Amino acid sequence: MRKKRKWSERLGFSILTLSGILVLTILGLILLDIFTKGVSVLSWKFLTEAPRNGMTEGGIFPAILGTFLVSLITVIFAVPLGMFAAIYLHEYALPGKITRLIRLAIRNLSGVPSIVFGLFGVVLFVQMLQFGTSILSAGLTLGLLTLPWTITACEEALKTVPKSYREGALALGATKWYAIRTNVLPYAVPGMLTGVILGLSRAAGETAPILFTGAAFFLPRLPGSLFDQFMALPYHLYILATQHHAIDKVRPIAYGTALVLLGLILFLSFSAIWIRYRFRKKMKG
Amino acid sequence: MDEKVKISVQSLNFFYGHVQALKNVSLEIPGNHVTALIGPSGCGKTTFLRCLNRMNDIVEGARTEGKILLDGYDIYGPEVDVVQVRRRVGMVFQKSNPFPKTIFDNVAYGLRINGNLPKSELAARVERSLKDAALWDEVADRLHDSAMKISGGQQQRLCIARALAVEPEVILMDEPASALDPIATQKVEELIQELKKKYTIVIVTHNMQQAARVSDITAFFYLGELIEVDRTEKIFTKPKMKRTEDYVTGRFG
Repeated sequence: MRKKRKWSERLGFSILTLSGILVLTILGLILLDIFTKGVSVLSWKFLTEAPRNGMTEGGIFPAILGTFLVSLITVIFAVPLGMFAAIYLHEYALPGKITRLIRLAIRNLSGVPSIVFGLFGVVLFVQMLQFGTSILSAGLTLGLLTLPWTITACEEALKTVPKSYREGALALGATKWYAIRTNVLPYAVPGMLTGVILGLSRAAGETAPILFTGAAFFLPRLPGSLFDQFMALPYHLYILATQHHAIDKVRPIAYGTALVLLGLILFLSFSAIWIRYRFRKKMKG
Repeated sequence: MDEKVKISVQSLNFFYGHVQALKNVSLEIPGNHVTALIGPSGCGKTTFLRCLNRMNDIVEGARTEGKILLDGYDIYGPEVDVVQVRRRVGMVFQKSNPFPKTIFDNVAYGLRINGNLPKSELAARVERSLKDAALWDEVADRLHDSAMKISGGQQQRLCIARALAVEPEVILMDEPASALDPIATQKVEELIQELKKKYTIVIVTHNMQQAARVSDITAFFYLGELIEVDRTEKIFTKPKMKRTEDYVTGRFG
């Protein structure tokens, strides 16, 4: 009896360990593959120059810039909106039908495939609001995509602020908004930022939503305004990997692009971790 | 009781959803005295305390019936600004809850709510509050350190200082010493004696000796009802009700 339990326990433990190692291995293999194949093209010129000769030579600067600009629009649009929605839901909304409906909508929104967001973006931003296929349309579309993540992350951050901060402020004669503004938000903002950055890093790698809303195959010039089309890293990668007339020739560039995109996302993730770490240290006093 | 009544509670009923937590409680709280609320856990004494500055308003599904008159004005009246009520009736919580700000900013928090005191005035009032809370000597040289760094006893006195800073008339204390060691407890108790000269104090406590030591009036709650209220020495020596006697002598609780 005793021996049997020990054995099954060991089996269970082994399966758990193996699963963990497997996940790590998969991630490691992806990183290794992209790194070894992409690192050879990586250079200062690759990062700062435009593609040349039908994208078989040169760098990817327009794509980096495009992804950066689009992400900027995404942040400017989605962060305040998501933050305010979260504050409303967590601090003000009374439990009831409408609140339940809003939450349901948010949950469903996060499950909508990104290509659907893309199509929606075409209808709303490109056509109805007449922003055209542009940085603005693509950024707003990605903003919609990240909104459910932003709201959820901001709400989670608000949940971590102890109730005693709110009550303490109210007991001193603070109005609800004053208490939230001075004694809740300052402690929730780092958590919110963490969530927002993670959401953004997802958005930055999306291709489908920007496909119809503003990303271009190739542009001879850099975008001059928010209403111009742009090149973006994930879309550029897609073109190089599947749509190019000389796929074998551009393969190293494709891997280089993948590496840059991956690097960008890792950078965002690490800055999220860093913010969280800094904040925890500060809260302990 | 011959003293001037500060708070008059009249037929107070309180509900959490369908659960009635307070049943027809009427109680007069005299000014410049310490009133202790005692009773076993779940008897409604903390709920009662939180009715006195309308902190229960923020509890979901809470409902209050009856009147609570502060200097004759019903704080549950339709015209009443709850923020004003809480300025006049301050509160110190069971678990000390310093905000993760500096010691100075903690005490100044309530003062800053209503706008712009000149800096010198602000500093003077912070100092006075910390002195009134018998904490000044211990923190004077580190006002701009985080309040999270001082000891638990100091944190609780900081919370008292923070409540004093807005110059309330009544201070509610919800087991203010329950998380403190004996020495810190003694300091808080001495402080309460000092504070009653200027303020009206209502204190919830689980500790019989503490109630006997610090209070002038003691009210005994049981299952949401006010069983008996009288001068503290009478409650502890010759209570009228059998249940009060059983409780204060430790036969149940």
